[in-house]
Amino acid sequence: MPKTQGLPNRLGIRGWLGGGRWGMERYLYTLHRLTGLGLVVYFLLHIIVTSSRAFSEEAWERAMGAVSGGFFRFGEYLVFAAFAFHAVNGVRLVLVELGFGVGRPIEPVYPYRTSVDHQRSLAIGALVIAGVLAVLGALDILMMR
Amino acid sequence: MMRDQKLWTWHVGAGVVILVLLGLHMTIMHLDAILEFTALNPAGGEPIDWQNVVARGKTLIFPVTYILLLGAALFHGLYGLRNILFELGPNSGLKKALSALLVVAGLGLFILGTWSALASFTLARSL
Repeated sequence: MPKTQGLPNRLGIRGWLGGGRWGMERYLYTLHRLTGLGLVVYFLLHIIVTSSRAFSEEAWERAMGAVSGGFFRFGEYLVFAAFAFHAVNGVRLVLVELGFGVGRPIEPVYPYRTSVDHQRSLAIGALVIAGVLAVLGALDILMMR
Repeated sequence: MMRDQKLWTWHVGAGVVILVLLGLHMTIMHLDAILEFTALNPAGGEPIDWQNVVARGKTLIFPVTYILLLGAALFHGLYGLRNILFELGPNSGLKKALSALLVVAGLGLFILGTWSALASFTLARSL
C-alpha cells in the first residue's frame, strides 16, 4: 500500500501509552492489548508444555515440575487475572460494537456530546466484574493452595 | 462482505467460544479450591495431579472441547496479534510474510495440540 493512502500510524506503540482526551476507555484499550499479547505468548507455550501428558506420567510430572514454585504460581495468577480482564472487557467491546450502551443517535448540534459519556458505566461495570474475578483468583491461587 | 470483515466476525465469534470454554477451564483448574469444585478432580489435591488429569482425560467431552478451544484461541490470538502488527505499518511484502508465518505457526500448534488431546485420551482410556 502506498504511504499516501490512509492515515499513517505515526505514534506506533507509543500511542498506547497516553489516553489523551479519550480518557479511561483508551487505557482499557491499551490494557486489552497488553493482556492479549501476554495471553497469546502464554498460550503458545502452554500448548507445548501440556502436550507432555500424551507421553506418560513421568513426562507430565517432569513438565509440571519445571513450571512449579512461587514464581510460576504468581505467573499463573497473572494469567488468570489477564484472562479475567480481557474476557470481561472483550464482552464490553462487543456490546459497544453492536451498539449497546452508547446512547441514541442525536443531531450533531454544538456543543457536541460524546457517546463516551454513555459508555462509561459499561467500562466501570467491566472493571468491577474483572476486579471481583481477580480477587477470587488471588484467594484461590495464591492463598488457598 | 470483504475478507477482513469476515475475519473480524470470526475473531469475535471465536472470542465468544473462548469466553465459554476458557471460562470453564479456568473455573476447573484455577477456582477449584474456593468453589470446592471436586467433581472433575476426583483424586483430590491439585487439578494438575496426574490422577486428576487421567480421570478427566477418559471422557470424550474433554478432547473434543480442548480441540475446539485450541482452534478458537489460536485463531483469536494470532489474528489479534496480526492486527496489532499490521497497525505498525509494515510494507505489503512484510505483511504477506507475517501472515504466512502466523498461519504456519497456528497450523503447526493446532496439529500438535490436536495430536496431544487425542493421544492423551487414548492413553487415559488404556490406564
